[in-house]
Amino acid sequence: MTSQARAATREALGPTLVRLTREGLDIVVVDADLGSSTTARDFGKVFPDRFITVGVAEQNMVNVAAGLAAAGKTVFISTFAVFAPGRCFDQLRLGIAQPGLNVKLVGSHSGIITGEDGPSAQAIDDLALMLSLSGFRVLVPADVVEAEQAIEAAARTDGPFYIRCVRPKIPVIYDQDYRFQLGKAHLLRPGKDVTVMAIGVMVFAALEAAELLAQERIDCRVLNVCSLKPLDEEAVLAAARETGGIVTAEDHLVHGGLGSLIAQTVARHQPVPLAFVGMQDQYATSGRWDELLKHYGLTPEKIAEAARDVISRKGG
Amino acid sequence: MKQPPLPSVSSAPLKELEALAKRVRRHIIEMTAAAGSGHPGGSLSCVEILVALYCRVLRHDAHNPAWPDRDRFILSKGHAAPAHYAVLAECGYLPLEELTSLRKLGSRLQGHSVAGSPPGVEMTSGSLGMGLSFSLGQALAAHLDGRSYRVYCLLSDGDLNEGQTWEAAMACAHYRADNLTAIVDYNRIQNDGFSDYSRYQDSSRPQRVGGWVGPEGHTVNIMGLQPLAEKWRAFGWQVLEADGHDLGALIAALEKAQAVEGRPTLIIAHTVKGKGVSFMENNPAFHGKAPTPEQAQQALAELA
Repeated sequence: MTSQARAATREALGPTLVRLTREGLDIVVVDADLGSSTTARDFGKVFPDRFITVGVAEQNMVNVAAGLAAAGKTVFISTFAVFAPGRCFDQLRLGIAQPGLNVKLVGSHSGIITGEDGPSAQAIDDLALMLSLSGFRVLVPADVVEAEQAIEAAARTDGPFYIRCVRPKIPVIYDQDYRFQLGKAHLLRPGKDVTVMAIGVMVFAALEAAELLAQERIDCRVLNVCSLKPLDEEAVLAAARETGGIVTAEDHLVHGGLGSLIAQTVARHQPVPLAFVGMQDQYATSGRWDELLKHYGLTPEKIAEAARDVISRKGG
Repeated sequence: MKQPPLPSVSSAPLKELEALAKRVRRHIIEMTAAAGSGHPGGSLSCVEILVALYCRVLRHDAHNPAWPDRDRFILSKGHAAPAHYAVLAECGYLPLEELTSLRKLGSRLQGHSVAGSPPGVEMTSGSLGMGLSFSLGQALAAHLDGRSYRVYCLLSDGDLNEGQTWEAAMACAHYRADNLTAIVDYNRIQNDGFSDYSRYQDSSRPQRVGGWVGPEGHTVNIMGLQPLAEKWRAFGWQVLEADGHDLGALIAALEKAQAVEGRPTLIIAHTVKGKGVSFMENNPAFHGKAPTPEQAQQALAELA
């Protein structure tokens, strides 16, 4: 299943939108001068009439998209995740979420792994914002294969979506036989002693952590929770019941993202010991993305450590 | 381009439309009084603009609100929803008896506009500054789909404080959206007081730089918008001005806007906040406050 290939999840956007439009979807892209980074510009090259530039104006981008969607279009907007949702949260709430319009936001540069550009470009709170918007479905692909399928699922499903992508080339986990399902977590590795639930770049780290734990005869389950909303509560609760402890891993604040979501779900139905790997209450700095992950403890070793801690806290 | 027949455009003489405008004002008073809250001032200021649009300009059909070729009316100043609901009711989109359900639990008539509630409301609004962007999206969709509908967007002074409106103003001109007309309900009063000095009664006071709080408790010179026409012209728009309570002048300006090619049009409608009710006219206190039952009685007597 694993391979050495690497790709950025953002690279899926342009080519996938071109394919879907050729297949007959009525897609329009509104772009705020980052189409070369988000790869939305690849769509504009092929379908110039369906590619609308508004300049560096994220608020305008969101409501122009809303107007197009209200007229029946399937609208994709994309920029760095710090700028959308960051700069246009009110527009997303009132303009898209409340009327439930068919607009898909792709945050192309999320997490500290955006890297050298520094904290002004590193979105570590975008999931907290987007998970709070009723009606938005929230997807965090773990690799480029899943990103393409998440984008397609969003395009073919009416209503608002947020898809969280990343800048650097991260490991490719899935082969072309993989099928993403909206509302389903994907079991990457079975296990009985503990579960690691991960999203995005941390899914590969979770698999490596499971290898480390296996050397200590700890049988670690790994779930990719790409579909944060709707969440696969059945898979989450089964993991709690069957493995008795959960570690969450995300390149995002531990508050308001995957960790909070899993904690709330588990607390309500099947309380078990939990640990949270992610950004603590702080902003990161400039640096190479792999160095940043180590510096802030978003590593397989820290996930394994958290798993041992969870196991030690399990009830008799 | 020859336009299709106009299902709801009335050929009623202006006298009848003036009578309709008065009925709409009565509805606004009754609705906000029954709700005990709401925004009568900015609802009363845009009555003639709405009547001119719905009775003489928009191609629309109350019995087919989803008609794909309908002209779009976008209420960016969502707090004027009572005026919009009242005009929609007079046009047959909802029963007149429903109007006094405004703001009550279970009502379709939300405190600020919600898209589709009732049918005829195109956009959810209530946070200022979003309407012109949405209107551009609709105008661009018309081009993409080869449809001839036009888009009309009603803006307030407050809308023009929001930076997003100017993002959209640039973009509308950039896309040469000549199927889009924006109208400013330029009453020069907003939530806290007077947008500049032009409607502040005590003009003997020294003018100061920036905003200040007057002895009556209103903020004066909140954010001056002048020279307003020049700003929009510099952004690439055709700009027309009209007395916002003169139906004939408004209709003429709206018709002139349809003729221009290659540019969007802005109509500055000079209006009076609270128009038609003596104690509400030009009074910031009634921006976001409903009349008491006694005040409503007096207002309805003035509007008899």
